[in-house]
Amino acid sequence: MGLITQISIWVIPCFLLVVLLVASWKRIPAYELFVEGGKEGVKMAFSLLPFLVGMIVSISILRSSGALDAFITLISPVLTFVGIPPEILPLAAVRPISGTAALGMTTELIDSYGPDSFIGRLASTMQGSTDTTLYVLTVYFGAVGIRRMGNALKVGLLADVIGIIASIVIVSIVF
Amino acid sequence: MINYIWAGMAAVGIVYAMINGTMDEVNEAIFESASEAVTLSIGLISVLVFWLGIMRVAEKAGILDAIAKLFKPIIKKIFPEIPEDHPAIGYILSNITANMFGLGNAATPMGIKAMEQMKQLSGSDTASRSMVTFLALNTSGLTLIPTTVIAIRMQYSSASPTEIVGTTIIATVTSTVSALLIDRYFYYRSVWRK
Repeated sequence: MGLITQISIWVIPCFLLVVLLVASWKRIPAYELFVEGGKEGVKMAFSLLPFLVGMIVSISILRSSGALDAFITLISPVLTFVGIPPEILPLAAVRPISGTAALGMTTELIDSYGPDSFIGRLASTMQGSTDTTLYVLTVYFGAVGIRRMGNALKVGLLADVIGIIASIVIVSIVF
Repeated sequence: MINYIWAGMAAVGIVYAMINGTMDEVNEAIFESASEAVTLSIGLISVLVFWLGIMRVAEKAGILDAIAKLFKPIIKKIFPEIPEDHPAIGYILSNITANMFGLGNAATPMGIKAMEQMKQLSGSDTASRSMVTFLALNTSGLTLIPTTVIAIRMQYSSASPTEIVGTTIIATVTSTVSALLIDRYFYYRSVWRK
């Protein structure tokens, strides 16, 4: 499984190389474009700030009171039986509902368990591998005035469940 | 919904602390975690600026379009109801490539345009087959580079912040393929019933 880890390390530098070579070959102003695009990154980080503060404080209260650990201990026999790490349950439940809330939870898990722990890697994979089903449906159907969503919600949520299971299986195998 | 979850977590925590006698820890956690979240968000700037900068170069260099072209045959197969060379196909492709590279802000307007085109094709306010398929693709969130997650891992001094790229890609492909299969299953089941 060293291969997947190697690909993970190579993919970004190689992509960077391709982008810069193509840009230079096509004679486009790469550096100016980089700066222009980068400004958007500053905006994005600041727009995430209040979401992260709100969500991380709320979860920290739950964890520091001992309620979260009590809950995890309570449900862990059932979840461990089916092979789901109980610490991940709150994240798995929130992921389809709110992207920024899930990002806050992922951060809190990485903080509490460490980025290179099993939970840290699993949370990272879960956060990155899927999009927020309810948000996507609301935005896209709302924007064009669709009232009857058909099977879209069912399909989205079932795919989320499969994505969560896939994340657990893959992270267990690779690391 | 998220409002209740957010308020609920804090409220349960505070009430539990009253019973459990951990109010000290809770009080400390409120202020510590708030300042930690701010430090984190500011730390995210490095990766986000770098990545969005590079992606702007990639976009203007035509790399995103080239990748979109690569996916065109697959997209045509996935959306049999959309006529060949209809503008909807173009918007769907731009939306998916933007999502793959973590450009959520660029992906959303493209996705909405794709939805508008598909609505013109179907001409009703019920979700058409193509729309459900398109949203199945979007909700499963096909990703190649999970930028924000990498940035957070860096902030918490991971030994290898990008090591989760591989597992993320496998997980995202699995859930996307499943989403398409589930979508097909529901579609054919509803056709058979009629």
